Amino acid sequence: MTAGTPADTGIPRDAEGGYIDGNALAGPLAELFAVDLTAATSQCAHCSNTGPVASLHVYRQAPGLVARCQQCGQVMLRLVRAPETVWLDMSGITVLSIPVGAD
Amino acid sequence: MTERRAESATAVTLVLEVPEWPGHLAGQHVDIRLTAEDGYSTQRSYSIASAPDGTRLELTVQRVLGGEVSPYLVDELMPGDQLELRGPVGGWFVWQPEQQEPVLLVAGGSGLVPLMCMIRSRRAAGSRVPFRALYSLRSPAELLYGPEIRQGTPGVDVTHIYTREGPQQSVRPPGRITPDDLARHGWPPDFAPTCYVCGPTAFVEKAAAYLVLLGHDPERVRTERFGGGED
Repeated sequence: MTAGTPADTGIPRDAEGGYIDGNALAGPLAELFAVDLTAATSQCAHCSNTGPVASLHVYRQAPGLVARCQQCGQVMLRLVRAPETVWLDMSGITVLSIPVGAD
Repeated sequence: MTERRAESATAVTLVLEVPEWPGHLAGQHVDIRLTAEDGYSTQRSYSIASAPDGTRLELTVQRVLGGEVSPYLVDELMPGDQLELRGPVGGWFVWQPEQQEPVLLVAGGSGLVPLMCMIRSRRAAGSRVPFRALYSLRSPAELLYGPEIRQGTPGVDVTHIYTREGPQQSVRPPGRITPDDLARHGWPPDFAPTCYVCGPTAFVEKAAAYLVLLGHDPERVRTERFGGGED
């Protein structure tokens, strides 16, 4: 492959660097939940892949935060903060397993 | 904010005094919210740089060209100014002094900040767990925490990887991080280290993939991506 222009990779430049990860959900979710959900393991409703919420690909260009599966790219979680309401859509997650420490 | 300290031409450490700060774990971050006079507000996450120390907190912020929040923090915020912050948050990309396994830190650019917090917390806790760190940066001018890294910490080995321009005495030609760098300066996979990789998204994707390729258990490779370009 000849090195050089971004077009060589076949991936648009901003798609490569356009996401951050689930660690960035920690603050917005801490506003709602008593435990840290980024350390939880989530299962994707589309491809059944499991992994830590912290590893989801998070896009913040939307009017909120959109978290996608790191495996199949489908939407797993959406969070929008309006002045008086938080909208949380988790329909892309079938199971969350949340470490809570020993009972 | 009580004090600001330049770390490089484009990065500054902000020293904050946070009443009722509950303490933090190494690797955690805070969310900072800025609100304009017209009510528009935006927030960004910044990693904590300092080891837990009462109500004192240090953040190192790299100016992002065209950024909404970092130019204000780097260039305009002055001692005495107030900041709205939430935290500490994040429970996955953290290192705790109880951990006994060796640790590999892989930093791209200002991705060093939460990893430096781990090095400082290790020292503060008197941990003797061996750390190795690979720090990828464009050129010596971008070096963060230079004097502190040069002074060194027993049990912590730091290797610098220059991607564009290295110092004259540097043996390795400038270039992006390679699997060979990680094999040579990291840990063998059978030592079962926990690996922490932090930096721009493209850097993290690449370095984490190399570690898995070298045989590290993907569950032991923890990542934090902050977007932007590659270093």
